[in-house]
Amino acid sequence: MTVEGGVQYSKIAEIKGPLVVVDDVDNAAFDELVEIETTEGERRLGKVLEVGNGKAIVQVFEGTTGLSISGTSAKFVGKVMEMPVSKEVLGRVFDGLGRPKDGLPDPIADKFVDINGEPMNPEQREYPKDFIQTGVSVIDGLMTLVRGQKLPIFSGSGMSHNLLAAQIARQASVVGKQDDFAVVFAAIGVQYSEAEYFRRSLEESGALKRSVLFLNTADDPAIERIITPRVALTVAEYLAFDLGMHVLVVITDMTNYAEALREISAAREEVPGRKGYPGYLYTDLSTLYERAGKLNGRKGSVTQVPILSMPSDDITHPIPDLTGYITEGQIVVGRDLFRQGVYPPINILSSLSRLMKDGIGEGSTRDDHSEVSNQVYDAYSRSQEVRALAGIVGKAGLTEIDLKYLELGDTFENEFLTQATDENRTIEETLALMWKIVSKLPKNEITKIKDKHVEKYYQEK
Amino acid sequence: MAAQGRIVWVSGPAVRADGMSDAKMYETVTVGDSKLVGEVIRLTGDVAFIQVYESTSGLKPGEPVVGTGNPLSVLLGPGIIGQLYDGIQRPLRELSKASGSFIGRGITTSAVDMTKKYHFVPTASNGDEVAGGNIIGTVQETDLIEHSIMISPDHKGGKLSNLVSEGDYDLETVLATTEKDGQSVDIKMYHKWPVRKPRPYNKRHDPTVPLLTGQRVIDTFFPIAKGGTGSIPGAFGTGKTVTLHQIAKWADSQVVVYIGCGERGNEMTEVLVEFPHLKDPRSGKPLMDRTVLVANTSNMPVAAREASIYTGVTIAEYYRDMGKDVVLVADSTSRWAESLREMSGRLEEMPAEEGYPSYLASRLAEFYERAGRVQAAGSPDRNGSVTLIGAVSPSGGDFTEPVTTHTMRFIKTFWALDAKLAYSRHYPSINWMNSYSGYLADIAKWWSENISEDWFKIRSETYGILQREDTLKEIVRLLGPEALPDEEKLILEVARMVKIGLLQQNSFDDVDTYCSPEKQFKLMKLLVDFYQKGQQALKEGTALSDIRELGVVSSLLKARMDIKDDEMPKLEQLDKDMQEQFKSISGVKVSN
Repeated sequence: MTVEGGVQYSKIAEIKGPLVVVDDVDNAAFDELVEIETTEGERRLGKVLEVGNGKAIVQVFEGTTGLSISGTSAKFVGKVMEMPVSKEVLGRVFDGLGRPKDGLPDPIADKFVDINGEPMNPEQREYPKDFIQTGVSVIDGLMTLVRGQKLPIFSGSGMSHNLLAAQIARQASVVGKQDDFAVVFAAIGVQYSEAEYFRRSLEESGALKRSVLFLNTADDPAIERIITPRVALTVAEYLAFDLGMHVLVVITDMTNYAEALREISAAREEVPGRKGYPGYLYTDLSTLYERAGKLNGRKGSVTQVPILSMPSDDITHPIPDLTGYITEGQIVVGRDLFRQGVYPPINILSSLSRLMKDGIGEGSTRDDHSEVSNQVYDAYSRSQEVRALAGIVGKAGLTEIDLKYLELGDTFENEFLTQATDENRTIEETLALMWKIVSKLPKNEITKIKDKHVEKYYQEK
Repeated sequence: MAAQGRIVWVSGPAVRADGMSDAKMYETVTVGDSKLVGEVIRLTGDVAFIQVYESTSGLKPGEPVVGTGNPLSVLLGPGIIGQLYDGIQRPLRELSKASGSFIGRGITTSAVDMTKKYHFVPTASNGDEVAGGNIIGTVQETDLIEHSIMISPDHKGGKLSNLVSEGDYDLETVLATTEKDGQSVDIKMYHKWPVRKPRPYNKRHDPTVPLLTGQRVIDTFFPIAKGGTGSIPGAFGTGKTVTLHQIAKWADSQVVVYIGCGERGNEMTEVLVEFPHLKDPRSGKPLMDRTVLVANTSNMPVAAREASIYTGVTIAEYYRDMGKDVVLVADSTSRWAESLREMSGRLEEMPAEEGYPSYLASRLAEFYERAGRVQAAGSPDRNGSVTLIGAVSPSGGDFTEPVTTHTMRFIKTFWALDAKLAYSRHYPSINWMNSYSGYLADIAKWWSENISEDWFKIRSETYGILQREDTLKEIVRLLGPEALPDEEKLILEVARMVKIGLLQQNSFDDVDTYCSPEKQFKLMKLLVDFYQKGQQALKEGTALSDIRELGVVSSLLKARMDIKDDEMPKLEQLDKDMQEQFKSISGVKVSN
């Protein structure tokens, strides 16, 4: 250990993967921020993963490429990693560690906040129930998003999830008062073009000045990805709970985050869980997703729409699987519909919004919303069964009622599901389309809707 | 004397400290300058391995570790009902007073308000020879709960003296003392009990009384007995939590302990918001007056998640010992198993399947074995029960993973949630082919004595229809429904009616959310009658399409929502309508 100008520097004993082992550590704390300095004077940041017996294991965010044992020293900063926050972050672009990337100086900080956050006290949460109109029929009608919800998009490589997320961010932002709303966008290991598409989309809709962007693109250090969602959520929490804004957080792509976590776990030689991901993947993901919500007595809210691409479109893969157990539903993008050219290609049967039941109904959308949505789900599910059956026995083998379901499935996909990326439908339009679908059925097939609603809304031919 | 050591190593929730040769296994300790709560889980020489129940961010080697001399315990006394606790019985309401909207660290609070006065009515007398578990008096804890004040079960016994007279006392008041061999012990309204030690009882009874949940697919098809064990595994989105909430709301028990173990924060908030407004169908009082919540959400420290299950079950046993029926719902045992796995990994233990420790099965067995219908220790004689229901969240919905397979060995009722059913919005998505109940034979007597002698027969016939349909579905899948003869098409039709009109239940519908056992039986009987009448009609040459189009079909499907529990005459009327409608088509012959 050497002392220079009152600051203590420690020597590096070992470098493996994204980790360095620091020797002669005297006064380091778990989770503490570390500055690594190379002989060339380059500085990198890291944090303590494990400390004891004079050693500390440090995870280096920018990676260990180019570090050497003899020339590198480590400085323990004496605090955990913090993000400077203030209203000035709006309209700014940061890198994956929260440093300005737009050539402008650091925003003047109102305060510094621990990026790990603290768990919200469940007793202090306010149950989310304010309907967000996204203007996308399938979401508003069948998997309604509410303020303070975490509703991920499960997609696969190459599909149109980014279009959808951008459409939600643009259209949801115009509901309510403009100045109350903010978008926080975190790109984790995505291609530059995808991040740029999102930025431009916000710019064109005029929402950029109410947005904060954190960009870790595919060519940025992988380990930095552990930090990116945390700084983004720290800013989101500040905007929501200190400034009272309704914040929509879009994070893409969570799969890259989980892979960075796996890299560190492997380097630490931990016992792996499924597919090599660490056993604590669920807990770790929850420390991100659970940062969505509303709090008693505070005005703002944090709504999360994380995007993840399912490896080989496999929904049972650990990343979508564990995510689905934490988030309040999921929007699943389907390969079949995507191939048919449907936009948005959402597979409603495996999609769900858990908080929908409290966000809809009389006073927010309409009294028949819950029932008609149940009937649409039921009918579309039946139409898919009939479609499969028709593939085997042909249309001739189907009963009359089966044929009605077959027709209903087409109406659903062509008129209700399909919409343009700039088409913003009101909830009334969406509900009318849902009744159009249901009205394909004779009344005695309608088992999930109360008679009084059937009388009121059923569209006779 | 208490151990006093120093931290030598920190990694996440795991801490090693030396100088701990006086520490005992499972002793609670305070860790670091900020006095975090931890528990000793391994001792090697003078080094203790400690799991810390709070975030260890910022903790440094060299900081002190102090033993408390006590194992992790819960405080048991009036004031528990209606609380929302974290995994180590800290009331979250009190924590928010100390640290606001987010959970801070190193906060110590009492589990219940020690200064609140309760009206104590003594039931024992001075001079009584008392033993552990004896009741010395009662207080009214909530409108629904008469709380028996018990002497701690590990009390050595003695002669009761200085018993106070009826009146208002707080929890710290000495209500009585016991004398034995010149030693005097104070008895207060509360005692403490270590969470990892099951509370003793006199003897176990067979579980023969059904726990009625008002959920048709559970009560009628896959029942659970009071004092029994059940498990509800399912992939995400299959409605585990909604089903568990339904059980917590409507089960006919006196106390409900709901453990949110590594689950969503908003789910606990939902219970907190909803339960005070919901009325217990039997007493008409708010459900919160019988409910205790233990919340260790997924983002709260993982070690406290491990403890939360034990905290919950010890509270459940305490109310059982008063002679009450208690239901404990744990959502989800998989997250609890994961916390075991995480700590085991940090201890560098040799992993078994999927990284879980080899003692996963024995820990699960120990937990479920704490269920039971028992005669409580001490006098007067009283019987209580703890029913344990655990959710399992199998990764990828795969029921062959370790937590599900091990759980299946130790439980008797298995409600298998089915993603396919959930996708088609068939809720509750309990698959009737894969689920089972080991209590069916035991509780059939109750149904036959209280509801109808025919219950078992009618249930078997209904289930038979579902089984026949399952076989026929294979044929339909290959050849289409038109390939079947009319008798078999009728089975498909009735099975559809059973699914929609009986198995499905809308928990968000005011009427359908709870179904009385009488209505459950009557609905089922109507469907079986419909099937038998339909068979008869087909034999007499009536066309299947005429049967399908009877007006009564749609009434039968909607009866679960349209007819309230207290409108049984309407079901009788439906029965009459059905008879008449069948009569009206009996003359119509197939023209071919």
